[in-house]
Amino acid sequence: MTTVLDLIDVSKSFGALKVTDGVSLTVPKGQALGIIGPNGAGKSTLFNLITGNISPDQGRIMLLGQDVTRLPAMKRVRMGVGRSFQIPQPFEGLTVLENLLAAAVYGRGAPEAAVADDCIAILRDTEMLAKANTLAGSLSLLDRKRLELARAMATGPELLLLDEIAGGLTEGECRALIDTIRGLHAKGVTIIWIEHVLHALTSVVERLLVLDFGRVIGIGAPDDIMASKDVREIYLGMEA
Amino acid sequence: MEKGQRMKIVTRTRAGTITGLMVVVLVLAGLALPAVAPRSLIQDLFFILTMLSLAQVWNLLAGYGGLVSVGQQAFVGIGAYAMFAMVILFGWDPVPAVLVGGVAAVILAVPTAFFAFRLQGAYFAIGTWVIAEVTRLLVAQWKALGGGTGTSLPREATSDIMGVELIRTLFDVREAAARDILAYWLALILTVCIIGGIYWLLKNRLGLALAAVRDNTEAARSVGIDTTRLKWAVFLIAAFATGLIGALIYVQTARISPDAAFSLTDWTAYVIFIVVIGGIGTLEGPIIGVIVFFVLQSALSDYGAWYLLTLGLLAIAVMLFAPKGLWGLIAARTGLRLFPVQRRLVGHDINGGK
Repeated sequence: MTTVLDLIDVSKSFGALKVTDGVSLTVPKGQALGIIGPNGAGKSTLFNLITGNISPDQGRIMLLGQDVTRLPAMKRVRMGVGRSFQIPQPFEGLTVLENLLAAAVYGRGAPEAAVADDCIAILRDTEMLAKANTLAGSLSLLDRKRLELARAMATGPELLLLDEIAGGLTEGECRALIDTIRGLHAKGVTIIWIEHVLHALTSVVERLLVLDFGRVIGIGAPDDIMASKDVREIYLGMEA
Repeated sequence: MEKGQRMKIVTRTRAGTITGLMVVVLVLAGLALPAVAPRSLIQDLFFILTMLSLAQVWNLLAGYGGLVSVGQQAFVGIGAYAMFAMVILFGWDPVPAVLVGGVAAVILAVPTAFFAFRLQGAYFAIGTWVIAEVTRLLVAQWKALGGGTGTSLPREATSDIMGVELIRTLFDVREAAARDILAYWLALILTVCIIGGIYWLLKNRLGLALAAVRDNTEAARSVGIDTTRLKWAVFLIAAFATGLIGALIYVQTARISPDAAFSLTDWTAYVIFIVVIGGIGTLEGPIIGVIVFFVLQSALSDYGAWYLLTLGLLAIAVMLFAPKGLWGLIAARTGLRLFPVQRRLVGHDINGGK
């Protein structure tokens, strides 16, 4: 199996605070990996290390077998790292379609005509086709989240990073979004997903990683992880 | 459900097509105008066209690129002086020397951007102003071009500018009037090229990137847009166009001084007024703005300080009550877009697809 992402002993400190502490991780192609952990465990920092928004103090980051540790974020997008933001960041003055076109044209470095059909297909997959000509600034929260997902997909990612995309949605909206993500995963997209809404996460991912104080304290099948004593203590705050 | 009906992306609208046809008619009429128009009208139109061009370029910088420069007079001045230098020092014809004006502005823009891009927002604005002032002071030291008092284009250079002889025989006018007609034609062509060029940029991938960066810089980077390169591209394009316009303005006046060529009021303050009154971030706005500006100037220019006072009050009123300018009011009421850039998906049951 091909490996999409390889983190080798990655560490990052902000001042005296070690937010990522010797994290090693391999994500094979096509896998959906969930990341959980208490607030401040270093989940978003781990994402920012993968996208290249911050660079590690130590360790190496390999993307599709290439060392990208020192590569700027923009170039990693071109190599296939797509991300959604925890708080949706649409281009509000552009329509939904134009949001995707901008992402596709620059994320893939291809002309508009070459990506148009694919953008339309992504709109269909994410159930945003009917709103293609709507200005992104006037979308509801669910549609903004869907747009985050669609725009990340438009960059043509080998690896899709989802940052708390289910947060803040109603039960029904959440289910709709899960269906969409499942659909994308079924098409073979590799996904890493940070989420506090556990049932949403566990209904999609095959593998779960628990982060606490910047360290990996558990990784494996979701059921095993959720059953483990350490995780229940640290993450769920239960006395086992 | 779509039934074999292919979806496609379009930007064309009916209003846009009508605008296109009207532009062709207006430009042809504008080219033929010197046959019937008095010299004073040609001079007024030259002024309107050059101010409109400057306004469109500043609008590209500030309205689309988010680069609020108050130092564009640096590029007007350096473009004009470069044109003068080619004519006086190297004996060039003033018309091709206009192109050198554009190139000189780009050369000045590189160090300007290098320093000014380290500054954000208001500091960027002040930085560009300071650089323009420094450029003015340096150019005032250039003794071969008249130093601080300035100089005129030599008689022999202005008397045989390419095309002037032809215009004289064509319209049976004196040499000075023929020179005005030539300058007017060049201004008309330049204005069409600038508006057409900016429109083309906005309709293409650069337009998507500019809008993305304007709306959310961080998200723009996350989809692979090189925001630094974009700022450079916009700044250099704007400098080149501003240099061309500056050189052309001084082909017509044929007399230059550092204070006039690097005037903050004439080449940046009025230009900002035009863009703000008309509507920033639209191609239609500066067109309306320049008309308002010209009418005000014609009506009030005899009143000295009252003129500037009125401009200032009007600008404040528009910023308070119509932040998107006069065109913003019109567009909000009618939904009209003369220069459509929005990409729409058609061929499916899509909301807002019309």
